[in-house]
Amino acid sequence: MADIVLDKVSKRYPDGTVAVQDVDLEIADGEFVILVGPSGCGKSTTLNMIAGLEDISSGELRIAGERVNDKAPRDRDIAMVFQSYALYPNMTVRENMAFPLRLAKVDKETIDSKVEEAAKVLELTPLLDRKPANLSGGQRQRVAMGRAIVRQPKAFLMDEPLSNLDAKLRVQMRTVVSRLQKQLGTTTVYVTHDQTEAMTLGDRVVIMRGGAVQQVGPPQELYDHPRNLFVAGFIGSPSMNFLHAAVEDGKLRTALGDVPIGERLRRQLDGADAPRELILGIRPEHFEDAGLVDDDTRRRGMEFEAPVEIVESMGSDKYVYFTVEGERASAAELEELAADAGAADFTGTGASLVTRLSAESPVREGENRRVWFNLEKIHLFDPSTGRNLTLHEGRASGALAD
Amino acid sequence: MSINATPAGAEVTAEAERPGGRHAAVPAQRAGRRARTPLSENKRAERRLGWLLCAPAALVMVLVTAYPIIYSVWLSLQRFDLRFPDQREFIGLENYATVLTNQFWWTAFGVTALITVVTVAIELVLGMALALLMHRTLVGRGIVRTAALIPYGIVTVVAAFSWRYAWTPGTGYLANLFDGSAPLTERASSLAIIMLAEIWKTTPFMALLLMAGLALVPEDLLKAASTDGATAWQRFTKVMLPVMKPAILVALLFRTLDAFRVFDNIFVLTAGGNETSSVSMLAYNNLIRGLNLGIGSTMSVLIFLTVAIIAFVFVKLFGTAAPGSDDGERR
Amino acid sequence: MATETTTRAKLRWGLLDVIVVVFAFIPVLWIASLSFKTPATLADGKFWPREWTLDNYRTIFATDQFIRALVNSIGIALIATLVAVVLGAMAAYAISRLDFPGKKLLVGVSLLIAMFPQVSLVSPLFEIERQLGLFDTWPGLILPYITFALPLAIYTLSAFFKQIPWDLEKAAKMDGATQGQAFRRVIAPLAAPGLFTTAILVFIFCWNDFLFAISLTSTERSRTVPAALSFFTGASQFEDPTGAICAAAVVITIPIILFVLFFQRRIVSGLTSGAVKG
Repeated sequence: MADIVLDKVSKRYPDGTVAVQDVDLEIADGEFVILVGPSGCGKSTTLNMIAGLEDISSGELRIAGERVNDKAPRDRDIAMVFQSYALYPNMTVRENMAFPLRLAKVDKETIDSKVEEAAKVLELTPLLDRKPANLSGGQRQRVAMGRAIVRQPKAFLMDEPLSNLDAKLRVQMRTVVSRLQKQLGTTTVYVTHDQTEAMTLGDRVVIMRGGAVQQVGPPQELYDHPRNLFVAGFIGSPSMNFLHAAVEDGKLRTALGDVPIGERLRRQLDGADAPRELILGIRPEHFEDAGLVDDDTRRRGMEFEAPVEIVESMGSDKYVYFTVEGERASAAELEELAADAGAADFTGTGASLVTRLSAESPVREGENRRVWFNLEKIHLFDPSTGRNLTLHEGRASGALAD
Repeated sequence: MSINATPAGAEVTAEAERPGGRHAAVPAQRAGRRARTPLSENKRAERRLGWLLCAPAALVMVLVTAYPIIYSVWLSLQRFDLRFPDQREFIGLENYATVLTNQFWWTAFGVTALITVVTVAIELVLGMALALLMHRTLVGRGIVRTAALIPYGIVTVVAAFSWRYAWTPGTGYLANLFDGSAPLTERASSLAIIMLAEIWKTTPFMALLLMAGLALVPEDLLKAASTDGATAWQRFTKVMLPVMKPAILVALLFRTLDAFRVFDNIFVLTAGGNETSSVSMLAYNNLIRGLNLGIGSTMSVLIFLTVAIIAFVFVKLFGTAAPGSDDGERR
Repeated sequence: MATETTTRAKLRWGLLDVIVVVFAFIPVLWIASLSFKTPATLADGKFWPREWTLDNYRTIFATDQFIRALVNSIGIALIATLVAVVLGAMAAYAISRLDFPGKKLLVGVSLLIAMFPQVSLVSPLFEIERQLGLFDTWPGLILPYITFALPLAIYTLSAFFKQIPWDLEKAAKMDGATQGQAFRRVIAPLAAPGLFTTAILVFIFCWNDFLFAISLTSTERSRTVPAALSFFTGASQFEDPTGAICAAAVVITIPIILFVLFFQRRIVSGLTSGAVKG
């Protein structure tokens, strides 16, 4: 058991590309930290550097207070679970799990008892004498976990361990991983590109983009108080709506109407070099069918009317897509997010607004509907830097804050 | 739970943060460009192991090829006949003049070129057909592949004897089909038989190389082409051949250079009689039969140069498709 | 209708299969048939023997000439195969798994050697081996065989090694293995089938060689069967050696046939996997 400290850790390749840029991160003993981001953001490289499978170009990596930059993986005493599981096909499940112990020259009895114990925890006991080829995906995944836990390492590293499972099994294994980590209390670094996994599993989440850390914090904090456009767009499903907003006469002109702004924001925007164009972000659940909002709530927001494009009923609530006129929000971050979702060049026509309305709403496709949205939950971003302007001392405060 | 991070933040993109102020980053960055001065323990160990593992193979290959080649260039510049060892002396390029003005050399060269061009061309066609058969046949795939491996695996000399006896008047089942004439005593028919023997022996190898290329053609691509209305022939020429191009070029290169070395079949079938010698045959005769090291080495060098030119032309013509230029090695 | 077309398609493919099989086997059957003919019927021009005899086999095994050659062939091919596969495996492992400067050069050099005209080596090797006392010895043949088998071994083996999932080695390292342990305990067992296949291919190559065998040997001390065949004269000078040559040819064809029959799949995958990578 140990804490892991990354001190300005960078990875540069000989050809000059920078995969990871000055990452600072302190992972406490026993903590479960998730590295998340789109592919190519440097999360796997960071994990491999912690593992010792890739060299650190500059900076320092300390495990349990000791500098380990130049140590071979075997001398770092950490275990890793791979996306492909990396089970040795020529060994049985038992031999796979015993392998690290045998390499460490542990005596046979201890090996046996440790393997049995780990097998019991992971419900692998009946499979111990099978070869990996005869196991299902979920079973293989558990063997990979078993191999990691038998030797009680200082830390677990997991590289997208669930991404090869089908959706249902993934949800199930998520709780297994979570429970196991809590039981063992071992420091864990977990890499994923799936923001749902990041939200549900970790004590803290590290969001990366282009090799740099964007924001670190507990999942809810990242959701509620995103530091920038990228974090805001990456976390949440369906993701946040982004609209173009022009600053005019102390108001924001948007496709949803003129949005008033509070005193503090106004002061910020009065500066000579302040941006005249902003991006307004609002999450789907901060909309509501105007007919279902009580007067008290109504005062905290504003309303608009728009044609309903599609209604998806989820049972508990409804996802309603509206077509709104007006300029599309554009920024490098948004393009990158779209590219990661595989939709960079498939934008459709006009802007579509995703809202999450109460199930009681009688909304129908094709009609015009009046919708209310919460001004206290609005985020405003500077399109050139991506910075969240509504953030005050780390907390987002909406458009109206004084 | 300890707290965190000085995150780079939104305003600082990876690029923007790079320039100078942080001196921790600077030395390594410079070193990275100058190519890897500060190597970690790991990296150095990896390189050492890499060299260590390759050294024996590299050493053997270089010792047994590079040194002899240089030595043969040296020999080719001397008059050196083992039957008259006292006459050994340095004579510059005289041997080259002797060989290059010699009619036997050019005849052998012509024979070799003819055999190479004809057999490789026929093998390409037959090999492609065989590859398609081995790849797509609905029945007996294992049997066909096994059968095709027989000519590949069999000792060339054995096959050559089989052909020789088949065409020997009286003995042979084939010679007797042609009224018991003796085809191996005439130049044209001898060459035809040599080529037949070569084609029989090496078509399977060509087919296997091409089959490897065929396996790279995605099945869906062919289905898409046929739903798009392509005929079988169009599917072959417009879909399969382009995808297979690299494999075809590799196969052609290997077979051309291999065919140029033709020796075993000629040795057994005609022993070079009736002007059917290949360059290899001629070099062998001068060296082992004639014991003329000077002339033999000269021919060796000339053959080596010819092969090098052929290889060079192939690589130039086909550029990146040539073997060895792929980056698959690096991962 | 669908079944009708598939039956017809099957018939068509089957016919093509038969043509290939016949074409491939006829020369082999012919030489086998000759080896079973009696001297009297040897020149009858019939494809099948009218009278069967094993005399030709008795003849070749009665003299030392053939047995010596067979021993030479087997010994030289086995030793060369063993050395080439071991050296080739080491190099192929490094090429497919490690990053080190000079790797491309090695790949390039071995490719050059694969295409090298062997006859160019015959004259210098002839002279060098005479000076070193290697001429007409086993090592004198083993060395060039290893050299020309190495590119084949390196290509085939690196193709096999590349199919082994890269993660496994990383996993072994994370499990506490050194690079050497990762090789011995994880990679080697997985590579065994590839090693075996490569060994077969290399053996066939060495078994097959004729040019070096007749150039670098002069007596039965080291002459291999293919070379010996071309010097065969039969038991006595007046005897036609055809029957004996055919019998000897059949004997050295047997191992090839066995390999092909039992390991067809492996040989094909070995040859093709090496080919795709070039």
